[in-house]
Amino acid sequence: MLYNEPSPLETRVLTRRFGIPNAASIDVYLATEGYQAFLKAARMKPEEIIEEVKISNLRGRGGAGFPTGMKWSFVPRSSPKPKYIVVNGDEGEPGTCKDRVLIENDPHQLIEGVLIAGLAVDAHAGYVYIRGEYRYLIEALEKAIGEAYAKGWLGKNIQGTGFDFDLYAHTGAGSYECGEESALLESLEGKRGVPRIRPPFPAVVGAFQCPTVLNNVETYCAVPAILRDGGAAFAALGLPKAGGTKMTCLSGHVNKPGVYELPLGFPVMKMINEVGGGIRGGRKLKAMIPGGSSCPVLTAAECEGATMDYDSMAGRKTMLGSGGVIILDDQTCMVKAAMRLMRFYSHESCGWCIPCREGTTWLRKILVRFHEGGGTRTDIDLIGDIAKNMLGRTFCPLGDAAAMPTIAFVEKFREEFEDHLNGKPCPYENATHLVTA
Amino acid sequence: MADLVNLTIDGKAVQAAPGTLVIDAAKTVGVEIPAFCYYEGLSLQAACRMCLVEVEKMPKLMTACTLPVAEGMVVRTETPQVAAARKYMLEFLLTNHPLDCPVCDKGGECELQDMTFRYGIGESRFTDEKAHTPEKQFSPVVFYDAPRCILCYRCVRICNEGLGVGALGVINRGVVSEIAPNKGDHLECDECGACIDICPVGALTSGIYRYKTRPWEMTHVGTVCTHCADGCKTTLGTRNDRILRGNNRDSSGVSDGFLCIKGRYAFDFYDHPERLTTPLARKNGKLEEVSWAEALEITARKFRENLDARGAFGVIGSNHTTNEENYYLQKFARQVLGTNHIDHHRTGDVVALFDALGEGGSAGREKLATVADLYKLKAVLILGADLALEHPLLSFQVRANYRHHRAHIYAVTPGSVREDKYSAMSIRVGAPAGSAGSGPRWEPVSGSGSADGDPSGFYHPRNAEVSTADYFAALEHLRDKLKAEPELVILFDDSFQGNDVRRLVEFGNSLGIPVRWVCLVDYSNSRGALDMGIAPELLPGYEPSGQPGMRLHEMLAAPLGALWVVGANPYEPAPGGTSPERRAGFLVVQDMFLTETARLADVVLPAASSYEKNGTFTNVTGELQRLKRAVNVMGTKPDLEIIGFIAREMGAAAALGPWAPDAVFEEIRKNVRGYDVPAPVIASGGAAQTAPLNGRIAVEAAPGLVRSEHNGLFASGTLGRYSRVLNSVLESRVGR
Repeated sequence: MLYNEPSPLETRVLTRRFGIPNAASIDVYLATEGYQAFLKAARMKPEEIIEEVKISNLRGRGGAGFPTGMKWSFVPRSSPKPKYIVVNGDEGEPGTCKDRVLIENDPHQLIEGVLIAGLAVDAHAGYVYIRGEYRYLIEALEKAIGEAYAKGWLGKNIQGTGFDFDLYAHTGAGSYECGEESALLESLEGKRGVPRIRPPFPAVVGAFQCPTVLNNVETYCAVPAILRDGGAAFAALGLPKAGGTKMTCLSGHVNKPGVYELPLGFPVMKMINEVGGGIRGGRKLKAMIPGGSSCPVLTAAECEGATMDYDSMAGRKTMLGSGGVIILDDQTCMVKAAMRLMRFYSHESCGWCIPCREGTTWLRKILVRFHEGGGTRTDIDLIGDIAKNMLGRTFCPLGDAAAMPTIAFVEKFREEFEDHLNGKPCPYENATHLVTA
Repeated sequence: MADLVNLTIDGKAVQAAPGTLVIDAAKTVGVEIPAFCYYEGLSLQAACRMCLVEVEKMPKLMTACTLPVAEGMVVRTETPQVAAARKYMLEFLLTNHPLDCPVCDKGGECELQDMTFRYGIGESRFTDEKAHTPEKQFSPVVFYDAPRCILCYRCVRICNEGLGVGALGVINRGVVSEIAPNKGDHLECDECGACIDICPVGALTSGIYRYKTRPWEMTHVGTVCTHCADGCKTTLGTRNDRILRGNNRDSSGVSDGFLCIKGRYAFDFYDHPERLTTPLARKNGKLEEVSWAEALEITARKFRENLDARGAFGVIGSNHTTNEENYYLQKFARQVLGTNHIDHHRTGDVVALFDALGEGGSAGREKLATVADLYKLKAVLILGADLALEHPLLSFQVRANYRHHRAHIYAVTPGSVREDKYSAMSIRVGAPAGSAGSGPRWEPVSGSGSADGDPSGFYHPRNAEVSTADYFAALEHLRDKLKAEPELVILFDDSFQGNDVRRLVEFGNSLGIPVRWVCLVDYSNSRGALDMGIAPELLPGYEPSGQPGMRLHEMLAAPLGALWVVGANPYEPAPGGTSPERRAGFLVVQDMFLTETARLADVVLPAASSYEKNGTFTNVTGELQRLKRAVNVMGTKPDLEIIGFIAREMGAAAALGPWAPDAVFEEIRKNVRGYDVPAPVIASGGAAQTAPLNGRIAVEAAPGLVRSEHNGLFASGTLGRYSRVLNSVLESRVGR
């Protein structure tokens, strides 16, 4: 189902079937050029498939933005071990809700993307790892997988191409950490969801100790369009170094929150004011979290002139991330926002390494106390200092994901922290806003 | 060896083999990189982040514990950035760690404490409330205090990887993660306590040591465990003549830090309330307390009377007295008492093995495996024994060999064994219960991981129906596989005796590969007792005595003039049976407790345990190690001293020589074949292999006399009855 009205400003590639009645069924999919990209890919050499993906400038949509074609090329095709395709559907990043709509509305697009990846790296089995809280998606996905088997788009000798592929849906148990690729693989193998020592990377030693391609749902969903229309056409939708469109999950204090497919390089202010219909209640923009809660916050001033792409965000010392845009209006308490996020990270830290496990908990304790008016002036520097002591020293990126936004909150909104000092009540306590504790 | 890799650590040039981790390479040039979770021999974690170092051309600090050396790598461990990382990592650790060092068992030998002193921040900036959870008792010997735990996962790994038990895991997530036992609220495991020893902080503590003392108040005495034949070094922590704990943190001797429940805790028999501390003599049919002088006088007088009356003497030696004591005892028996009726409870047919190996001339130590060989050699074949229960150290070595070197392990046993999990091939011999049939019975059960043996460690599941024909049929099945191995260690237990041992050695020789042997025996000095000639057929060093002599069971049945039992319990009733009737005219017993045998005696002399005397033990693989006296128990005397006093009382001391352990050991070194070991190695706590092999041993072995008790993890012959820890573990399991 769809959760919001589409915007005329969208460039609909991955969402092109959204809104068609019964879009999730294989009949609609086949009637709308479905699985044609797979058939085309099946006639190509694996290197050609990877080359096409490289030309598309598709970068990983899970948050890190690693070039997808290059990632696929790392898989040792000559390895005697079986290779696996794993879909990261552990969409846990706060502010992100795009994979859900992709699986719900067009599951066959995902299946086709996985099949093409399988052709590219000589894999014959795949797993869709879906976060525990999305368990209801399993039904939709398994229905689609069942349809694909029934119509010969999965299984042995798919459509006479001689290519075999089996696909399985698997749920996590509700841990954010399992969105980290190596922890996801541990969880997939039935173990405790903690990250692995890397290298080796999953491309070489992944699921069940075998070479594995591991990408985000959205990344795989972009692949059929790339093969169908050509990598160059997809690249042309976006920017020179980052091709295509990005599913953008616009949330927070905008009038029209929702999931919108926007080309890379879309202006931030246009996104807020035109796609999102402006700030709710006629208020002013205070800040924006551009790509899920792990990305450092941007002030309203920094949003001016910014565009939604990897380089523009990197230039502002933040990240495009997963596309989870959170808009904060001028009535938002930034201390409370920082506190709320740290509650999340300390709850989700897997506990494997010391700086993340202890650092997130310490920060949460200080921020909760601080927001309640129990803070001291030295706490402000301490918060930034603890976060900096975590940064770059944790086992996996979760620690960095907790540290980076915290540093930005303190640096960019220090005066709001000072407003909470000396037992003063939160100045925004009575303001109505979405970010709640 | 592959070419060495050149790198620089703190400006020092380092050469290391490819694959070496930076943390280990640094040690070779004296650079310490601190770490909690890294532990040599266990899998890598990179969880504690203490070992972060700066590496040129790398954007972030790297964990030295997971970083292999690379050509031209430049590592810096003392930069401000690294110092800050360590400082703040410790600050993080201490946020939830209770600062209860003054009452914590670990205080004074705590790695977190040491690191905080060396690298720490000095003061805490953490002012919020610490997380607290109550302490838990996992088992009679294992306690867990979660707030102190730094989650380095060493305990989880040593249990899973080292012991092959996997009884500890992690539950919950994030800051409330904690170590949890395998049975919900309690542990069901080997109770070896390795998790406690390996814990860098005071999170896992020992049920019998906790809150007893501070580490610096103890004297630490390195000696040898008195229970099974593996000969683990145990470092006893003592204070005011009390043993407070056992461990082997200095990793000396054959065992390199390994200890099972017996070595770590079961020293506690030494102060059992039933411990004998006064000599007893039978007066009016009852045993009454007498003085040492009187007890020795009675004994000497009776011995003298029997000598004068040309009565027969029987002497029974021990599996757990020292080499010196057994040597001196047989010398006394043969030279002063003029008897060759001397024997002990034999638990493995070492004689037949040495005879078979000696065939075709002299054979050296290359045919006898050491404990270290079990870790090094490419293949191991286990026959009969459930190694994990009966010989925990040997089992540990074999498992480590598989983990680190992928050695091929073969197990041919009556019941399922822990080795099945990773063996190249496991074979069950003997008939399944209740089945009938003829011919050899065996069945391969290759590496299925279906170890369904008794996990409690109560007993070794044995099948009385196993015949050696079953074993040899199974061996034939393995022949081609074994021939393909580059080398092999064969361990066998008392299932093989006499000519079966010779046939087994023939099988080994026919493989055409180098084979080393271990004949499994039961007790701490079972091997030494044979080496020292506590057998009618043999003089020390496996020299045939050439004299007739009664064996143990014959002595019990014969109307001897006097029977002298030193550290043995031959009148122990057979399971479900009764004690043999006493036939000897005069019975003197040296023991620690009033055993079934001591109850029958005319004189009972309270002996010191092996923790209360000096001397040497020879373990199952023939490795000689030194005992050091840890404590004194008032009223007792070492057996050697008792024997010496009896000799003196009889006026025979001059002929026997001094009864000081060092003096007797010197005599053993000179006179006993294979015992000419380097004295400094022994004196400094090391182990030296004895190899008393020299051609055939032309004596009739005693088939049928060899009987192993097959003690499991929580049993130790007569001694085990008096260990409170072993009993409490057994009771805790019966109750469930």
